[in-house]
Amino acid sequence: MCVVLAGKVGSNIAGELGTMRITEQIDALEVMGINSASYLVLPKLLAAVFTFPILAIFSGFLGIFGGYLAGTLTGILTPEQYIYGIRFSFIPYNLTIPIIKSAVFGFLIATISAYKGYHTRGGALEVGKASTAAVTNSCIAILIADYLLAELLT
Amino acid sequence: MIEIKNISKAFNDKVVLENVSGVFKKGETSLVIGASGTGKSVLLKCMLDLVEPESGDVFFDGREFLHVSENDRKDLRREMGVLFQGGALFDSKTVHQNIKFPLDMLTKMSEGEKNDRVEFCLHKVGLDGTGPRMPSEISGGMKKRVGIARAIVMNPKYLFCDEPNSGLDPLTSIKIDELIKEITDDFNITTVVITHDMNSVLSIGDNIMFLYKGKKIWEGDSTTIMTSSVKELDEFVFSNHALKKLRGEYSK
Repeated sequence: MCVVLAGKVGSNIAGELGTMRITEQIDALEVMGINSASYLVLPKLLAAVFTFPILAIFSGFLGIFGGYLAGTLTGILTPEQYIYGIRFSFIPYNLTIPIIKSAVFGFLIATISAYKGYHTRGGALEVGKASTAAVTNSCIAILIADYLLAELLT
Repeated sequence: MIEIKNISKAFNDKVVLENVSGVFKKGETSLVIGASGTGKSVLLKCMLDLVEPESGDVFFDGREFLHVSENDRKDLRREMGVLFQGGALFDSKTVHQNIKFPLDMLTKMSEGEKNDRVEFCLHKVGLDGTGPRMPSEISGGMKKRVGIARAIVMNPKYLFCDEPNSGLDPLTSIKIDELIKEITDDFNITTVVITHDMNSVLSIGDNIMFLYKGKKIWEGDSTTIMTSSVKELDEFVFSNHALKKLRGEYSK
């Protein structure tokens, strides 16, 4: 889910900040005496860290509900079998892992993409490059962080 | 008054500015002119600390700007208004919100006072009634005017304009020039305009600084510029066909 979000959110953040940079909107903030990094990046960072876990919970719920519909509507499973199956060997601690992971991934996506966008130099071509770099770097960071978190949390 | 002392800047090995010094007086519209690529905009960005110069100092009424703490620099920045080349309006905000933005961020004025101030600034730049429109819905000339309105909303002591006429038709350019001059006179502020428009030079240039290959090679006013003996300045000024015809009149 977070790799998909890296594509959607990462390119959005990098594109927005990159465009603001090349059209001098960030310079305009700076000359007003406003800390542009804190004004532009901090809300995105907080939004990503707090909303990614909500999205992870939502996607988990949809995944389970989708499985229920697919299983029962095709007649492969009865509703009772499905409910029994998903509750079998259930470990409540495992619910915290995706929440922690998605918060960390949200932090990585927002910071990497904001960095790439904020430091864009040049024109429209460089904004595109910054967006691409934001997505690819975020995906790599997610894969590395996923491995490390899996080692730490399980 | 703004004083710049020995500003030098290089990007990698390319020297863009070399020991540029000068004084921009209060109540005057000072112009920095030169061909494209001579370092005019870089000089402006060095003066605003948007680009860090290799050496040099900038003083605003005797107050050091570049080599002070971030908080002191922020305080000084609140006395400045800047019109950027493309207007630099925030795309996601309406014209009204763009102008009100510095008031929201930096003052404790009431909503009513802020709205009155925004309306005053919009009236000053001749854009009454355009407040609810988005930047994408207005013309290039209007964007520049909104940029000027946003620049003056905080009652600045110093106004900087980076190529205010670029991309505008001659009539709109004249209106923008007149507006800058009017604001400078009305508010008695120090205005620095970066331009290569000879019409601006002749109409609003109280004090003119000519940059050539990163160096200041001439300084004067809109009268003396026509009779200057500096070859590079002569080429720049009389690259305009209309002025070429006038040249004979001045040399008589």
